Amino acid sequence: MPKRTDIKKILIIGSGPIIIGQGCEFDYSGTQACKVLRQEGYEVVLVNSNPATIMTDPEMASRTYIEPLTVEFLEKIIDKERPDACLPTLGGQTGLNLAVKAHKKGIFKKYGVELIGAKYEAIERAENREQFKNTMQKIGLDLPRSAFAYSVEEAVEVADKIAYPVIVRPSYTLGGSGSGICTNRKELEETARTGIDFSMIHEVLIEESVIGWKEYELEVMRDCRDNFIVICSIENLDPMGVHTGDSITVAPAQTLTDKEYQRMRDAARKVISAIGVETGGSNIQFAVNPKDGRMVVIEMNPRVSRSSALASKATGFPIAKFAAKLAVGYTLDEISNDITRVTPASFEPSIDYCVVKIPRFAFEKFEGVDPRLTTQMKSVGEAMSIGRTFKEALQKGLRSLETKRFGLGGDGRDKLGGVMLRTRDAYEDFFRKARGDEEWKKELKRRLSVPMDERIFFIKYAMKSAWTDEEIHRASHIDPWFLAQIRQIVDMETELLGAHGSPARQKALLKKAKQYGFSDRQLAFYWDSTESKVRTLRKSCGVEAVFKVVDTCAAEFRAYTPYFYSTYEDEDETVPSDKPKIMILGGGPNRIGQGIEFDYCCVHAAFALKELGFETIMVNSNPETVSTDYDTSDKLYFEPLTLEDVLNICDREKPIGVIVQLGGQTPLNLVKGLVANGIPILGTSPESIDDAEDRDRFAKLLAKIGLKQAENGIARTFEEAFEIAEKIGYPLVIRPSYVLGGRAMEIVTDKTGLKKYMTHAVEASDEHPVLIDKFLDEATEVDVDLIGDGKTYVVGAVMEHIEEAGIHSGDSASVIPPYSLSPALVEEIKLKTKQLAAGLKIKGLMNVQYAIKDQTVYCLEVNPRASRTVPFVSKSIGVPLAKLAAKVMSGKTLDELGFVTERVAPKVTVKESVFPFVKFPGVDIILSPEMKSTGEVMGIDEDFPRAFYKSQEAAYAHLPAKGMIFISVKHSDKQKVVPIAKRYHELGYVIIATRGTAEVLMKNEIPCTIVLKLKEGQPNITDFIRHQEIKLIINTPSGKGPLADESTIRSMAVSFDIPCITTLKAAHAATLAIEAMRKHPATVECIQEHLKNDGGSRSQD
Amino acid sequence: MKAWLALEDGLVFEGEGFGAEGETFGEVVFNTSLYGYQEILTDPSYKGQLVAMTYPHIGNYGINPEDEESFHPWVEGFIVRELSPVVSNYRSRESLGDYLKRHGKTGIEGIDTRRLVKHLRDFGAKKGVLSTVDGDPVSLVRKAAESPSIVGVDLVREVTCQKPYTYRETLPPGFEWGEAKTKNKVRRIVAIDGGIKFNILRKLHQHGFDVTVVPASMSAGDILQYRPDGLFLSNGPGDPSAVTYLVETVRKLIGKLPIFGICLGHQMLGLALGGTTSKLKFGHRGGNQPVKDLLTGRIEITSQNHGFVVDIGSLPKNEVEMTHVNLNDQTLEGLRHRKLPLFSVQYHPENSPGPHDSDYLFSRFYDLIEKNG
Ligand SMILES: Nc1ncnc2c1ncn2[C@@H]1O[C@H](COP(=O)(O)OP(=O)(O)O)[C@@H](O)[C@H]1O
Ligand SMILES: Nc1ncnc2c1ncn2[C@@H]1O[C@H](COP(=O)(O)OP(=O)(O)O)[C@@H](O)[C@H]1O
Ligand SMILES: [Mg+2]
Ligand SMILES: [Mg+2]
Repeated sequence: MPKRTDIKKILIIGSGPIIIGQGCEFDYSGTQACKVLRQEGYEVVLVNSNPATIMTDPEMASRTYIEPLTVEFLEKIIDKERPDACLPTLGGQTGLNLAVKAHKKGIFKKYGVELIGAKYEAIERAENREQFKNTMQKIGLDLPRSAFAYSVEEAVEVADKIAYPVIVRPSYTLGGSGSGICTNRKELEETARTGIDFSMIHEVLIEESVIGWKEYELEVMRDCRDNFIVICSIENLDPMGVHTGDSITVAPAQTLTDKEYQRMRDAARKVISAIGVETGGSNIQFAVNPKDGRMVVIEMNPRVSRSSALASKATGFPIAKFAAKLAVGYTLDEISNDITRVTPASFEPSIDYCVVKIPRFAFEKFEGVDPRLTTQMKSVGEAMSIGRTFKEALQKGLRSLETKRFGLGGDGRDKLGGVMLRTRDAYEDFFRKARGDEEWKKELKRRLSVPMDERIFFIKYAMKSAWTDEEIHRASHIDPWFLAQIRQIVDMETELLGAHGSPARQKALLKKAKQYGFSDRQLAFYWDSTESKVRTLRKSCGVEAVFKVVDTCAAEFRAYTPYFYSTYEDEDETVPSDKPKIMILGGGPNRIGQGIEFDYCCVHAAFALKELGFETIMVNSNPETVSTDYDTSDKLYFEPLTLEDVLNICDREKPIGVIVQLGGQTPLNLVKGLVANGIPILGTSPESIDDAEDRDRFAKLLAKIGLKQAENGIARTFEEAFEIAEKIGYPLVIRPSYVLGGRAMEIVTDKTGLKKYMTHAVEASDEHPVLIDKFLDEATEVDVDLIGDGKTYVVGAVMEHIEEAGIHSGDSASVIPPYSLSPALVEEIKLKTKQLAAGLKIKGLMNVQYAIKDQTVYCLEVNPRASRTVPFVSKSIGVPLAKLAAKVMSGKTLDELGFVTERVAPKVTVKESVFPFVKFPGVDIILSPEMKSTGEVMGIDEDFPRAFYKSQEAAYAHLPAKGMIFISVKHSDKQKVVPIAKRYHELGYVIIATRGTAEVLMKNEIPCTIVLKLKEGQPNITDFIRHQEIKLIINTPSGKGPLADESTIRSMAVSFDIPCITTLKAAHAATLAIEAMRKHPATVECIQEHLKNDGGSRSQD
Repeated sequence: MKAWLALEDGLVFEGEGFGAEGETFGEVVFNTSLYGYQEILTDPSYKGQLVAMTYPHIGNYGINPEDEESFHPWVEGFIVRELSPVVSNYRSRESLGDYLKRHGKTGIEGIDTRRLVKHLRDFGAKKGVLSTVDGDPVSLVRKAAESPSIVGVDLVREVTCQKPYTYRETLPPGFEWGEAKTKNKVRRIVAIDGGIKFNILRKLHQHGFDVTVVPASMSAGDILQYRPDGLFLSNGPGDPSAVTYLVETVRKLIGKLPIFGICLGHQMLGLALGGTTSKLKFGHRGGNQPVKDLLTGRIEITSQNHGFVVDIGSLPKNEVEMTHVNLNDQTLEGLRHRKLPLFSVQYHPENSPGPHDSDYLFSRFYDLIEKNG
């Protein structure tokens, strides 16, 4: 069927900020959809609140709304744009939920908008547990048995019928809080009680537990003619009970016979038809009992998902792109397979390699978090790897994770019994001693049976401690096939260790070791050698990586898309051209501190360099991204971002240079190694990078241009730390020198705090000193992004943070242009920034953070690379900075590029951060120098108050128009809160406050009611929260730690979806926003209009 | 145990042997199915062939009694990237290695199978030798070159049954699929065994047929003696043009009985209707081939295993109609006669291994008999 001509304008809903469970994959899918629908001649209207996306680039859609993803704003956009259709299946759960809400409010009907991709009824059938269950039963599919309960007694009754263990899942909670697995009545009573409490409709589902069964996913597509294909099957290494998003997963499924697989395929076909997804992709999850093959359906997502992004990258089959085409009426046979060009999309990909996805966690950033992996997702990112065998892919995947591991252990990074086993002797020694140790046995048992991060390593440790596969299986329920593969790795390691000192045996083992995915680092560890020596040995023996093509068809047809992975076999399939090539190193898996923003920059570089006629080579390991779409660059290498892997590609491709400053800290960390191997670095020189990163050299540079730094020192011992502290005085910011992203960074206010930090948080040593800075309290923090070509330096924008210094720049809200700093100060900042850039001869991008205290500018740090704020700035000023930077790095000057004067942002924009606290119940939401946010949104409007309002709406922190608010501030804020509280009072809010705060307010004639603290009796503040009587919380932390009342209040606020403001500056900004909203209700505008109004030429200096 | 694979054109691989020791010859072909190696091994159509699997991990779920497609494996040799060190499946009774050994079949693992596949794709299927005894590349290549070709050779006689038999098995419990509409009448048919798979027989049974399987050499007269309601022509190995006696038999039965042919059966019909067959460069072997049913416009993902095709242009247009086409390469996948009650498909609606999209063909056969009975 040809495409539909009755629709012309299509609205696409994006997925908003990056949160746990919704990473960059929806930027990938949305971008594909925008591109393909516009190619087909449709007008595309896009709404997404996340500026750090490729899809919200002005050229991606016809009209792009960076507006909050709420029903109110959606209606405004629909009213303005009057689209014919809305495609809600590409924006993750957020997009789908928004469409459902809008439908329920009758908005689509009111404006005559047709839902395409999935109709409302289909979405409901898939999403509503009761309807889903009924539908599955109707088509004869088995599900875990289950029933709803509304009281603890009912829950017990149901569970008795089903038999323990059971899963409790509260309906309508945020982020699945309150769910759990219960093995007995006592546990059930407790879980059901909290579950019912947390459920907005006081309902819990009690479900038969199929924990320990094998978990599978099928990624399927269907067109309007009922043609159906399976794109990919995925098997979870971690059995049922660990969320697929947190599991190590493998494609294709490994342990199903054809009969079992086809039975699953048949079921999937029935599911998608019965649910009624007429066109597009869906994800269907199954559990299979390993003992008898019983198969149950777990859930179906009637949309593209994280797994479909994975499946697309794993097979080369672009699900989202084709889903968009199907949604406008094409059938699968009318779409051609880009990779083979000659065959249609109506086939099922076959692959001749193995794909492994490994999740990346961030537990270390959240004090008091429960690190156990359960039915609710907790990981913040993932890496994917491709190898010819599972063993190879697994080890490549582990080194792609960027957790400083170089494979499945044996890399000098195994930390056991509290000791880092840095040498082969220590390693061998540990296992020799551990064998008979009862404590160790217990520890192994625990780590195997309680799923947590790094369980995969403990499988190996157990094997090294003489456990049998059978014993490991009994503890972990992990399928014996996976265990056997890991066993092969372990046996190989034993052989490698045994070849220590025997070059002949080493040589004989090399190829096989590489085929098993061992890195040169691991080999160096086994042989007391170095990575570079192993590399030399390897090359001298002719054991070199070859690259094979991902082609959707297992080589049955010739592939035209250059999408490669490395392996160790006979034939290399790359055909390096003689065009000048530039390699772009990506950022690897998403993690807190390094996310989609860097992928955005890399993609821009690829586009820009293509424009200039270079051949672009992308290297990345994150399957969620646009950068790993095979048509983003001329060549895609899906590889770990380690020195070894990158050098292998360089050997083959011989690029004229490598871009290291766009992928975050990851590529920057490779600079030394690349330089040592003679690989040219494009952009800012390696020496300058060092100048910015080396503390001493950096201090000299600052001194030269007369920029102040907070007083600081380096401590290598306990005593030194106290000396420095005495010298510069408390409060201090303190951190280990070797970490980034604010990891383990803390503010200490006194000697006790310092002592605690020095004893618990870090071990200071010669190798790893501790950095101590004077904490600039109550200082305003400013971020500046700049672009330079080595001669000319242009400031992108100066961003003023709303929260004060001390809250990580990645976590605070920030505003373009500065809203409280004097113009003279802003000028000074710009000047200093340019001087810094000149000092570093920046070629490309640079980011500087300042703290301004008492009108004095202090430099906090310089990042000689693209920063997290590049997309935000680019969208605010309408200049694609990353693109320009890439061009500069390839040799263009800013003059040639026509960007020599600063661009003034036509509107006010506010970036707000979004946090994962809802997934970590009980964790205090207080902000600190350690970054915790996973994503960001942008509000854009005529003035600061309105832009701030939008940023809050977009971050799902809805500022109430009226009602009761709760104020409780730390001692030092008690006076300062008065004018703010007064404003709230004047705006008509009812204030309740804890005793101390209330007394101050009342003394200042602000009416308020005292509310009891937790231990003061009942009803207390928690009751107000639980019943959602209060609409807003203003609570500045006193820093008493996780056991204090206030921390309970804050974390409860998260669970009950009450916005909680933790700084006075933000509380103040909120009053401005509320006032502004009362005056003029929010309006929407697309960024194409915003930027047009500007004319784009107003310049400052 | 070392093993070597050599092609007639000089490509040689060294790997590890598994299964039985020895030296074996055949046409080297590849199959892109991710699952179903046991069904592939036991499909008689692979007689005369050394089969390479494109998916690297093979043997993961072992061997079980239900997944056999005939009484023993027929491949001449088996080529995989990596043989699983263990077996993981509740139905498994034996490991792949042990099974092949028990049946005297040789396998090779640890070679760059993708390189092999690309070679076959670019240069066409090749004669080859798989050996665990001869490690001399020169001698191996010579042996491969001197080995008999399958072109022009009748392999059907080697796989067909010796005596007629009836088969009334059902699909294994738990793995039933397809509509098993209760048919008001059981239809008796004769199936000519060119190398038939058990699942075809199970499927026919499920769709209301009582099947007598007869040797490929049985004459038309003898077949008619059974007074069947219809005739089924099975799949089978090798070059269809070499099975002249079967083409003759089919020619005699056209018009006398409603006929349904699969794979080799389809080729027999094509030849009997006056068409020609030719050899594909490297064949279709796998479970992901898209076929369009031109009568309904629907697409089926099909299971295929053939190296020869009926040439579309060679069939008399006024008599024969193309019903199915392969969307990858536009080759003929199905035909029917405009007047006479006969139709056939080149692919495997019984799958095993492969997707279950084409079950309707068995119903079509039943309906054809109803209409013409
Ligand atoms: N009945 C069950 N028994 C055991 N584990 C389960 C059960 N249902 C779900 N799970 C586990 O919980 C995870 C999340 O459940 P799912 O229904 O897929 O929710 P989500 O919408 O978060 O993906 C699954 O991936 C699976 O590992
Ligand atoms: N001396 C200081 N005084 C006040 N706040 C500071 C100081 N140093 C760092 N910070 C705060 O800590 C945050 C993280 O520190 P920074 O040096 O930028 O580390 P990162 O490399 O993680 O970005 C900053 O954004 C700032 O809010
Ligand atoms: Mg799920
Ligand atoms: Mg910083």
